[in-house]
Amino acid sequence: MSGTIGEPTGPPTQANAMAADISGQMLDLDEDEDLEVFSKKASLTDGSAFEFEEEDDSDCKDIFVTVDNPESHITAVETFITYRVLTKTTRSEFDSPEYEVRRRYQDFDWLRGKLEEAHPMLIVHPLPEKFVVKGMVERFNGDFIETRRKALHKFLNRIADHPILSCSEDFKVFLSAQVWELTSYKKQGPGFLSRMGETVRAVANSVRGVKNRPEEFAAIQMYVEAFSNKITNLDKVTQRIVKEQKEYMEELKEYAPSYTLWSGSEEELVGPLKGVASCIERCCKETEEQVNQLSDTLVPSLHEYALCSETLKAVLRRRDNIQAEFEAKNEALATRKVDQDALKEDIGKLEDRMELANSALKVDWSRWQRCMRGDLKTAFVSTAQKNVDYYEKCLAVWETFLVSQRTEGCEDADPDQLS
Amino acid sequence: MMAEAVNEKTAQIEGSELAHTELENNKNKTMVEEGSSLLRRLEISVAEAEKRTGKNTVNMQETFTVYLVETRPIDAMKEGHNPAPDSLWRRYSEFELLRNYLLVTYPYIVVPPLPEKRAEFVWHKLSADNMDPDFVERRRVGLENFLLRIASHSVLSNDKILYHFLTKEHGWKEAVYETGFQAKADSRIKALSATFRVKNPDKRFTEMRHYSDELQSITSHLLRVRARVADRLYGVYKVHGNYGRVFSEWSAIEKEMGDGLQSAGHHMDAYAASVDDILEEEEHYADQLKEYLFYAEALRAVCRKHELIQYELETASSDLISKKQQREELATGMVRTFSFKGMTNKLFGQESPEQREARLSLLEDQIVEGEETVKEKTLESQEYVKCAWVDIQRFKEQKDRDLREALISYAIMQISLCKKGIQVWSNAKECFQKM
Repeated sequence: MSGTIGEPTGPPTQANAMAADISGQMLDLDEDEDLEVFSKKASLTDGSAFEFEEEDDSDCKDIFVTVDNPESHITAVETFITYRVLTKTTRSEFDSPEYEVRRRYQDFDWLRGKLEEAHPMLIVHPLPEKFVVKGMVERFNGDFIETRRKALHKFLNRIADHPILSCSEDFKVFLSAQVWELTSYKKQGPGFLSRMGETVRAVANSVRGVKNRPEEFAAIQMYVEAFSNKITNLDKVTQRIVKEQKEYMEELKEYAPSYTLWSGSEEELVGPLKGVASCIERCCKETEEQVNQLSDTLVPSLHEYALCSETLKAVLRRRDNIQAEFEAKNEALATRKVDQDALKEDIGKLEDRMELANSALKVDWSRWQRCMRGDLKTAFVSTAQKNVDYYEKCLAVWETFLVSQRTEGCEDADPDQLS
Repeated sequence: MMAEAVNEKTAQIEGSELAHTELENNKNKTMVEEGSSLLRRLEISVAEAEKRTGKNTVNMQETFTVYLVETRPIDAMKEGHNPAPDSLWRRYSEFELLRNYLLVTYPYIVVPPLPEKRAEFVWHKLSADNMDPDFVERRRVGLENFLLRIASHSVLSNDKILYHFLTKEHGWKEAVYETGFQAKADSRIKALSATFRVKNPDKRFTEMRHYSDELQSITSHLLRVRARVADRLYGVYKVHGNYGRVFSEWSAIEKEMGDGLQSAGHHMDAYAASVDDILEEEEHYADQLKEYLFYAEALRAVCRKHELIQYELETASSDLISKKQQREELATGMVRTFSFKGMTNKLFGQESPEQREARLSLLEDQIVEGEETVKEKTLESQEYVKCAWVDIQRFKEQKDRDLREALISYAIMQISLCKKGIQVWSNAKECFQKM
């Protein structure tokens, strides 16, 4: 599955890297290795028509990654956490079927950067945030570490599940290299200055702006704006619910003892008062579990997609830049009396580059949409289920109490009314 | 009556077996069965509330609420007729006057309390405004409850002033003042707050007084915490309303997920809205607790009255003893205790036999008076202890019954809340699964 077809000579450029990716994809769909045919196909069809059923089928999954076992490391200069990354795979490009390495957050960040660099038209999910707003002290808090660990685990698994990204050399090195090996590997690659150049060009292009954005990308742009807004709102609403639930719980913790206290002054009422106190206590515990579900499942999912919106916007911007560059050169062709032939050749390359970019993005966009739907649906369904469980447990608690009171009061009440 | 007002609530509590109505019916039944004469003969209700404006005592315009007291002789209904009830309007201050009269006239009875004058233990969404329709409605129910409790009380229900209050609108206030209760009312208030040491109170009453203090502080604490819990629950439910709004907006930009999101959003709105009814019902529970918070005060007053009577008896007894001692000293000439007269006698010389005779005679009169007083006070105390203890026992049984029912009805409310929650979230889950 590695991109060997059409390997060019000379320094790797975006376009060549693109070709390697696409050809890898192509082998999944149809055996046609003709790139040009593919690129025409791509421009004719709507990206969402490509259904990648295969890689979502867990039976075909041939690489499994877990992130666990956080450990604290203290050096003279700093303190940091490393996580164990365990890989099990049957893929031939890996020398061994199993790997166990330790990685720190910086390493994940590096990996993400490399993947974005190599695949600017693919949607690489974001990492959990570097710092918590409250401050540095929070970094070493148990809950924070666990939340981060889960997010890093999800991050790697998303890459492992991606048909293109999972084939990345950088990903392979990340999973398999020992710490010192990784350090030296990181030092390779285009230097700081060349990356600066890329950025400057990108900024320049974005200032120029795109004139004729294709309708489908305009639609995606609008969608992303709206989606970003809605997801961010849902993230906020859910966090607010968590806050309200916690405050509710705090009050319940004072409420139950009030009934117990009262029972101390009573004789006949001791039973029902203590019963109510115990019911409230139980419900309080269930509320705590409900809050945990929200914090562990729904909030991280929504938050991830809120951050992802920024990634989406960045990918769309990069696509626009490519188109902008193409348009600019086209204008130059019309207005300037420069070397027409050389310019035409440039424009031809840019056009190819643009079309490959567009089709790559389209395919990955539809893949992303499917994942998003699946992830958020799962998260909301699980939340709804948890809420049903919560109310069912509380119901059982109160019904038990009621039954106990009725059997106690049987002598007093009219049996006909107890049916 | 109360059953009718509560029937609407039953409809909302689906499937709960021992519903509100049944509990209220139980209460009414036991009230009637307890040998009440008035409630057996007369159907009583506080049917409506209305706003009025008028001039008050300092000739200023004021707005106040009046309550419609309806009565209907039960006999008239039995004969197959359904006559219209007699009715008259009373304002809260008149209820207060009635209660004050009863407190003074029957100090050995734990007199049922009125619903609160001002809204207390409010949580933020609950109005503290006396004119708020929800508050007025709850007060109407409370006033009806007050009248029913009195009318079913074996002693209180026979009172003429009560009957007048229920049946004749005009001239009632004058009739109350004519009883002269006002004079006793003032001294009662003074006595309740006075500090005095009783040497031999009936231990049972001392214990009851301690219990009443505990009940007061416990229920008021509980009511405060409950209000905070209600406030927080309100917050949790209402925030979910935001889900409704955002899901709806989000569904507009989605194709496959649109329908699922849209309908899930509706369920979130329903969930958020459901808390209003839930908490309104809980206010009734809070009102039941409040009734006993105020009952605690009435119980305390009965115990204090015993202590006061006992104190007066002890004072009268010790006065008598000291007078008898003085007589003995005067008769025998032996001065056992210090007295001013004794001092002056020593300093200025003995008094004449005539003076001594006069004083002796006075003392004899005082002793006779004192013995009468002690006899009266002893009888008063014994009577009081007997009657008060009977009513305290009645109150205790009523309290245990009522509070147990209240706790059960609270459980029923929680069950209803849980069932609603299960339904909403099951529906929402189905919608999410269609996403």
